Amino acid sequence: MKILGLSFFVGPLALLFVGTTALAQSAPKPAPAALSATQIIEHEQQAFYYPGATMKAKVIMELVTDTGSTRTRVLTLLRENVPGGLDQKYFLYFHQPGDIRGTAFLAWKYPDRETDRWIFIPAVNMVRRIAASDSRSSFVGSDFMYEDISGRNLDKDDYTLLREEKLGDAECYVVQSVPKTPAEYTRKLSWVDKRTFLPRKEEYYDAQNQVARVFTADEIQNVAADERGTKSAIPTVVKRTMKNVQSGHRTVVTYQNVEYDVELPDDIFTERALHNPPQRWLE
Amino acid sequence: MLALCFLQAAATGADAQSSGSGAGTPLQQTVAAALPFDLNVHGFLLGIGTGRVTGEQPPGGNPFALGEERARFNVTAEPSSGGPEVVIKGDLLYDNIGNAVDDDLREAYVTRSLGPLDVSVGRHIVTWGVGDLFFINDVFPKDWYSYFSGLPMEYLKLGVDSLRMTYSSQVMNADFLAIPFVTSDNFPPPSRFLMFNPLATLPNQRQSEPATRLSDTEVALRLYRNVMDSDVSLYFYNGFWNEPFLERNRLISPTTATQFYPRLRVYGASMQRNLFDGVVSLETGYYDSAEPNSEWRLLAGYQREVWQDFTAGLQFYGEFAAHSKPSPDSLVVAYPPADQFISTRLTQLLDYQTWTLSLFAAYSPGHRDYFVRPMVTYQATDRLSVYLGASIFGGPKSTFFGEFDGSDVVFLGVRFDY
Repeated sequence: MKILGLSFFVGPLALLFVGTTALAQSAPKPAPAALSATQIIEHEQQAFYYPGATMKAKVIMELVTDTGSTRTRVLTLLRENVPGGLDQKYFLYFHQPGDIRGTAFLAWKYPDRETDRWIFIPAVNMVRRIAASDSRSSFVGSDFMYEDISGRNLDKDDYTLLREEKLGDAECYVVQSVPKTPAEYTRKLSWVDKRTFLPRKEEYYDAQNQVARVFTADEIQNVAADERGTKSAIPTVVKRTMKNVQSGHRTVVTYQNVEYDVELPDDIFTERALHNPPQRWLE
Repeated sequence: MLALCFLQAAATGADAQSSGSGAGTPLQQTVAAALPFDLNVHGFLLGIGTGRVTGEQPPGGNPFALGEERARFNVTAEPSSGGPEVVIKGDLLYDNIGNAVDDDLREAYVTRSLGPLDVSVGRHIVTWGVGDLFFINDVFPKDWYSYFSGLPMEYLKLGVDSLRMTYSSQVMNADFLAIPFVTSDNFPPPSRFLMFNPLATLPNQRQSEPATRLSDTEVALRLYRNVMDSDVSLYFYNGFWNEPFLERNRLISPTTATQFYPRLRVYGASMQRNLFDGVVSLETGYYDSAEPNSEWRLLAGYQREVWQDFTAGLQFYGEFAAHSKPSPDSLVVAYPPADQFISTRLTQLLDYQTWTLSLFAAYSPGHRDYFVRPMVTYQATDRLSVYLGASIFGGPKSTFFGEFDGSDVVFLGVRFDY
């Protein structure tokens, strides 16, 4: 079993929401004047991980080497926001490749401490906790680490708003994040869309101040949401790429069939569902 | 060769698979649409050769301890309209050493969900407990021969023919098995592995298996839930030892050694939780057994990803006889003796997790027996992988690992997943 660490495709991005509530708003609103860098990143983080009360998506990851050879992972991702706070639960089920088919992961994420993670290995019908670190662990050998996907604690970095810049067709804030204690990167530049608060591009710099990895949001679609009877459309990054500039290796992640606010039963995020995943949610 | 034909057929089907959840080739899709149930067939082809490296051989033995080609079929079928699901996992294999075709039914059961209850009948592979290669409350039979010979780790576990019920709720979860037909551990046969027998000099060697009586049905129960961010389980087992013990027919000048499986009850508990960026595991069990002796078992382990793609685990496992000395007029030889081990597992992944280097080592400070399993795996493509490893044994012949001393092997495996 090669999977040491987990990383969760937390979620296509949602629209901005104003203020410090954790609820994702549905319609884009113009950003209030003079947001601080920390507030921008806070909005971006809140929007990135919490759109919709629940989410279901089929995720296709392609790991491409610099010579073009590709490995593919296909999985179903289910997520729920635990009401009343910032906790989240994730369930991932692998369809491909063959050696991990039927493997499932469960994660309970907390903002203030290490995520609880479990793996189910179908060959021996076993559920175990796995030891992984948000900041160090790579997901199934991809270029994404936990923090890139499931979130890094807002308090771990210092933020500076460098400028505003147009990237493609989007007006963006350019924010620099510098870790307070040594981390995988020495600084990070984020191009955050002013309208939607989606990160359009991110550059991760190494100790030599060279660009080590680049994240790009390649394709955005509106996905219907229906939170508590209020229908809306959430712009969602359905294709994203993380590229390791130095090795030339890149990971392309495509979301298919994204659905928000589906009625997921809470017992999907338990050990029982790892042993016996409810098939109707895995199509 | 059989394997090559399978390889070609699987490759054709496999390449045509869409990136969906195994929609399959057009032929597979047509067949699937015609059937009133959802059918899934996946599996792998495995070729493995295991050679001895110590120069010692069992009588009439072979430089190879194992040489097999296996074709695994994992079949699941469920009526499209809902209902019981059938799961069958089995191998067809060709044993090059014995020159025989064989089958290995790993699991075969019918399962049905009724609200919070799942009921399942048939052969199940069940894994309990939190230990790494040392088992306290995993009372289910093990296939040490397959594991030592280098077959993939899943072959360490044997299925039990049973009625299984699992229940889940917010308050408590339960996993219950009633096993009417006893399955014991599979140890290497003397023709394949050198194994020490303390009563080998006795002229008569017999074997006795637990009778298949309803009153001898084994029962295993696990209750579990999350308590204060920890996974806590309680276990109960009533059945038989999975490993055989030897009984002499008399104390003075015995002439007959009988291999048998005494009765056993186990009461146990386990806990697993996050701790300091790693996972801590604790397990204990009381083995209540008139023969050979009751014993306590204890396990404590910690595992952490130390740097990216490198995971290290450390474990302590101990067996402690409940009574200081075995009864002097016991005919049963308490062998191997209760032992304590320190073990470590180091795993390093390289090159986007295409290479896996791993080392498992267990050592007993008290009895000085040890086992080392180094292994390298290379994932050439999503479907094809190759692995090279070894099983290295050492220590006095009268210990669990030492009894295999002289049977050190190196193995090479190739696997194709479809």
